[in-house]
Amino acid sequence: MSAPLIPNLFEVCEVLVLAIVWVIDQILYALAGLIPPLTGLAQWFDPVARQRLGMGPLGSELLIVVITWLIAVTVIVIWATLVNLLTMMWVERKFYSRLQDRYGIMISIWSLPFWPFNRARRPTHRGTGYLQNIADGVKLLQKENITPRNADSAMFHISPVLIASSTLMIFAALPWSSGFYVANLDLGILFIFAAFSLAPLGILIAGWSANNKYTLVGGLRAAAMLMAYEIPMILSVIALVFFTGSLNPLTIVRQQDRPLVSFGALSIPAWYVFSPQILGFIVFSVSMMAEMERIPFDIPEAEAELVEGWTTEYSGMRFGLVFGFKWLRMIAGAALIAILYLGGWSGPVFTTLSVGGVPVPIVPEEAWFLLKIYLISVVFIWISWSVPRVRIDQILNIGWKKLIPYSLGAIIIAAAAIASGLWSVG
Amino acid sequence: MSAVVTTSASITGRSVPGIEKEVLAQLKVVFGPKLKDAKVVRERLVELVIDRAELVAVCTYLKDTLGFEHLSCVTAVDWKDHFESIYHIENYYNGCMVQVNAQIPYDDPKIASLIGLWHAADFLEREMWDLMGVEYTGHPNLKRILLPEDFKFHPLRKEFAQEVDRQYITRRKLRGGK
Amino acid sequence: MPEFWINMGPQHPMTHGLWNMKVQVDGETVTDAKPEIGYLHRGYEKIMEVREFQKNVVLTDRLCYVSSITWSHAYCLAVEKMMGIETPERGQWIRVVALELQRIASHLMWLAAYGPDLGLLTGLLWALRERELFLDLIQLMSGARMNQNYPRVGGVRNDLPENFEAMCRRSIEHFLEKVDNEYQRVFQESKVFHMRTEGVGKISAADAIDWGVTGPNLRACGVNVDLRRLDPYEVYEEIDFEPQVWHDGGAGDSYARFVCRFNELRESCQIILQALEKMPKTGPYRVKAPRRAEGEGYAKTEDSRGEALFYVIGDGDDRPYRVKIRSPVFCTMAATPIMLRGNKLADSVAILGSVDVCVGEMDK
Repeated sequence: MSAPLIPNLFEVCEVLVLAIVWVIDQILYALAGLIPPLTGLAQWFDPVARQRLGMGPLGSELLIVVITWLIAVTVIVIWATLVNLLTMMWVERKFYSRLQDRYGIMISIWSLPFWPFNRARRPTHRGTGYLQNIADGVKLLQKENITPRNADSAMFHISPVLIASSTLMIFAALPWSSGFYVANLDLGILFIFAAFSLAPLGILIAGWSANNKYTLVGGLRAAAMLMAYEIPMILSVIALVFFTGSLNPLTIVRQQDRPLVSFGALSIPAWYVFSPQILGFIVFSVSMMAEMERIPFDIPEAEAELVEGWTTEYSGMRFGLVFGFKWLRMIAGAALIAILYLGGWSGPVFTTLSVGGVPVPIVPEEAWFLLKIYLISVVFIWISWSVPRVRIDQILNIGWKKLIPYSLGAIIIAAAAIASGLWSVG
Repeated sequence: MSAVVTTSASITGRSVPGIEKEVLAQLKVVFGPKLKDAKVVRERLVELVIDRAELVAVCTYLKDTLGFEHLSCVTAVDWKDHFESIYHIENYYNGCMVQVNAQIPYDDPKIASLIGLWHAADFLEREMWDLMGVEYTGHPNLKRILLPEDFKFHPLRKEFAQEVDRQYITRRKLRGGK
Repeated sequence: MPEFWINMGPQHPMTHGLWNMKVQVDGETVTDAKPEIGYLHRGYEKIMEVREFQKNVVLTDRLCYVSSITWSHAYCLAVEKMMGIETPERGQWIRVVALELQRIASHLMWLAAYGPDLGLLTGLLWALRERELFLDLIQLMSGARMNQNYPRVGGVRNDLPENFEAMCRRSIEHFLEKVDNEYQRVFQESKVFHMRTEGVGKISAADAIDWGVTGPNLRACGVNVDLRRLDPYEVYEEIDFEPQVWHDGGAGDSYARFVCRFNELRESCQIILQALEKMPKTGPYRVKAPRRAEGEGYAKTEDSRGEALFYVIGDGDDRPYRVKIRSPVFCTMAATPIMLRGNKLADSVAILGSVDVCVGEMDK
């Protein structure tokens, strides 16, 4: 049982907003000395004055609520993209470079050309490499955005937006701990899958609108593959729902937070991977690898004869968006696997202190969640960079003829386990 | 010694010693007066010089009866008064190679194509047409292969200027010096 | 859907070298193919007629730049047959060691190119890392990593340095361990690799011989022909090695070609170790060749890609009258339509990669 670092995102953001409002208020009061009409505005922002005037707390004003929600969403987006995306890209590039027996990316703050980072006698390109991705992003920003001449301009420009926005929508419903989320939907998992599945539409539009034989083939292959692998993914989740009885990610993680079997002090938690859902776990992971377009399933994108596949004609930051959001989808996919099967953000029992009845985390839930996400991603990256690519008809073969029967088998196993009383719902 | 090709021939991967003399003897028996010259150059190499009219007959005999299944190389040489189309044909069963020099008159550079016997002649003869201008009659697709389609000359001929003749001429030479 | 022609190349990230493959596709299946070559034609045979015999070695190095010693050696052998001279014994053994080192380096370059064709990008870096070992050995022996200008008409340019044998043994030991542990696992024991290469790009033995395919591509069809055994040159008669022929039947696909070429890596290592033991420790390595020569000479060697044949005619001058270069890839390229027909478009890169095309020798 561990505790979240951020117990409730909205309240934390509200505290932040109120603090900013207080600072603005002091400035307004100071200005009100010079410009008397500002006193009313300053009093509107001041909670003490509001109470005296009988106006109701500041937190219930629509303006403040809207601003707080915007800040909460921004925090989630920045957390997901600016922090996690960059770190995930760094982890991937370093890890696969080490697999290939080379150092990997090494641009860091010591490569910056101004003081205090430009060292006189030490090498500049021997750092950890974290800033390399930022440098690549800046490089892509300053490139020319070329549109092919006969391309369907509207569709060509809208499809990166479609892909990026549908991927970011996932993070509206994906919780990072029991308090760090934007929306707590009862059908959260369904919403996340729906947002995931919008991307193949964007890929198909991108491939078709670029007026290029190769991108068209790449886009069609991507659409075929992604459609084929949605089905076993969702069927495995249906098998899981037999056990959980709910599609709310918070509920699912809470159900996995208890010990399954105890050996004295140590215990195996009741994660769904240790239950009869193991078959569903395997099917879900393989389908997720295909959905994330990783090698061995990356036929649409980096096919040897299709140059860059459906992303060939994109240049500049459009390419950056499309290319970078592949990693964001990997984070979302790994997060889904962690929530559904690996216990989400629940950590072992001994990582909480109880201070006056309030659980204070030694290792907060976010940390466990991030640990699990990164470990799953590292496993995916490891597999990706060690095997060749599978051909498109072989991929479709595996999807339709092997994974769907296995996922149906998982449903039957789940139903049998419930009916025979081996596992009880919830 | 035993016959050159047995009925149940299989490729052992090793050559049969002394095979070149047997091959030469058999060729002399079948084609005697038509061979302008026939000799054993060294072990596993027999050389024949024939006129272009007997080419198909000799090669058919080599392939069907003696088991020379591999056409290794087709060369054309410009001897300034006649052309020569040289074929290197190899036998995988006994390791022997036969070099057939077919003489072609200079003003009529045509010779029969061997594509009916070996498909390897496809690209090899096209290359010789392209570079030397020897026309292989019966070739289904005698087009340029290495040079561009619209190139007008056959560069390997001796009349096509050599590199040293086309070199940069110094101003001193142009003014009449050395 | 009507059939239409797709151009693979000449600018393509995965066809190694500069050539164009037109494939006619019906949906996803290839119905016909037409290779278009000649983008790298440099007029070798014409240039070699105005250089002295020895100076042509610089040119023949660059015919197939990945495997340069084997090509220069074939040329020197042809000229020696024409002149009637023979390399002394230590020179022949040194030539064998150089040839086999170059063969390993060339096969590793092929392996490094074949991995990314299939999507296995790690294979590129591992194979190039091992190739560095052999390029270092070649540099120790001849002074340069590529285009070394090492064989001479009558021998080799210089003797092996003193620490060569120790370094060679150490590199080969390290390399054999890597081959068995890393490459074997990442390529042959991978199920996806089998899925991509088995049954793909088949050519029958009769077709292969008919179209002039030689080398590992022919041995993958089950035909036991290795020119080092069938028509031995240098001291290959005294070395005990096994030509890698595919035995299992169902031969001629990309997987068989891969296995035959891959196992040649191990065989070449054994040949080098045997040669280092058996060669005479001292002795002349070069014989002075006459300046002018008349006659004709031909030499046939087992190059990394097949049968390399040089036919040299001299007319008494100090330059050749005619040099003919027979390149194995040139003839194999004629047979690629047979390998491609009936397979899927996505397999074409895997098939062409397994054939090991080096455009330098194809286009001369």
